Amino acid sequence: MSDEKTQTTLMDWPTFGLGCEEKQNFFLPEMRRLTAHHMSACAPYADIIKKFGYDTDNIETLPDIPFLPVRLFKQQRLLSVPDAEVVKTMTSSGTSGQSPSQIFLDKTTSSLQVKVLSRIMTDFIGPKRLPLLVIDCEATVANRKRFSARTAGILGFSMFGRNVTYALDDDMSLNTERVQAFLDKHKDQDILVFGFTYIVWLHFVKALEQSGRTLDVNKGVLIHGGGWKQLADQAISTTEYKDRIANVCGMTRLHNYYGMVEQTGSIFMECEHGHLHASAWSDIVIRDPIDFSPLSVGESGLIELLSVLPHSYPGHALLSEDMGTILGHDDCACGRKGVYFEVKGRLEQAEVRGCSDTYSR
Amino acid sequence: MSNKEKYDQAFIESFSVSPEDLNENLKYQSVPEWDSVGHMGMIAALEDAFDIMMETEDIIDFSSYTVGMEIMKKYEVEV
Repeated sequence: MSDEKTQTTLMDWPTFGLGCEEKQNFFLPEMRRLTAHHMSACAPYADIIKKFGYDTDNIETLPDIPFLPVRLFKQQRLLSVPDAEVVKTMTSSGTSGQSPSQIFLDKTTSSLQVKVLSRIMTDFIGPKRLPLLVIDCEATVANRKRFSARTAGILGFSMFGRNVTYALDDDMSLNTERVQAFLDKHKDQDILVFGFTYIVWLHFVKALEQSGRTLDVNKGVLIHGGGWKQLADQAISTTEYKDRIANVCGMTRLHNYYGMVEQTGSIFMECEHGHLHASAWSDIVIRDPIDFSPLSVGESGLIELLSVLPHSYPGHALLSEDMGTILGHDDCACGRKGVYFEVKGRLEQAEVRGCSDTYSR
Repeated sequence: MSNKEKYDQAFIESFSVSPEDLNENLKYQSVPEWDSVGHMGMIAALEDAFDIMMETEDIIDFSSYTVGMEIMKKYEVEV
């Protein structure tokens, strides 16, 4: 199948409309196709898969798909297209002593990422572009060639906004005057607020608390992601996060998202009932941290993320270092079909990465 | 300024290209300036010039100078 045809077909899938059983008719064949594609196009990937003794001819269920540890992208340059077709390289900004992941995107992958992200966002905020307040500084998007997870996040979400306004100055201090002017300009309208979980906490919530000021963002919808590690270290619960945001700015509509730079686009969004949902283009498997066997609903283990988007690099099935639990299938009160789950934090002794690594100080 | 002039101006200013570059070969990522950052800048320039607000899907589909002309029709802008 040509790439263009694949893209068109993929984009016909209903965002959250496929029940788990039905979904396997779409998702599983595409994952099989991707596995075969990466086997033939990426020699190091094929080597690893063979070394581990995977049987790629008999993939019957999602857990049968060979997975890579996400860490591997820090150690190896893995790509499944010729170098000349790489249009963008994404990196996770490794903190001291850690090397960053490198993800190589071609046009097909990059375009799919944007389209899928758009479908997921539309499901949550509607098709209209809302005035967008970014809780970050403009300097973050200055380097256009090398994309950190933060740059990609901000740019990706900017497409769903208009009159994009940065709440922070380049030294990461909150510019309340600029934010107030933005709020005055869009009075009585829904606005979109985007930021990384930890940056929102440190440079918005705490900055406001310390200054004793409040802002009126009660028409705002906050989309935030990037991990809880640094907040968990400070013993901040999700409830406290929500409460204190409501206190400083009156904003009560919050959607956390879970995802990784290695699978940009197919993010897992938190619904109105606090559950993370896989869209039609992604799925998850929970694995035992010791023997990697797949676990059942309610059992806690390592989260494996599956996505049909990675075409230019073999990242369609990646084992994270995050712990999580599947809460159920197809029956969340929000009405979205498919698997829903929760993230419970990081495996002990795993390096700090993922979202929280978008920012360290 | 005619619609065509306003349309062209958005590309010239956003991507630092010259008028002779404005043809069917000018596409997303065909010049270094037309990357995802430049793309949003160009969209904002068009929105200001024609006082329109484009939908996200149209922003995504806006893949070239020529394709853009078709998309503009949706917003009642004949280029």
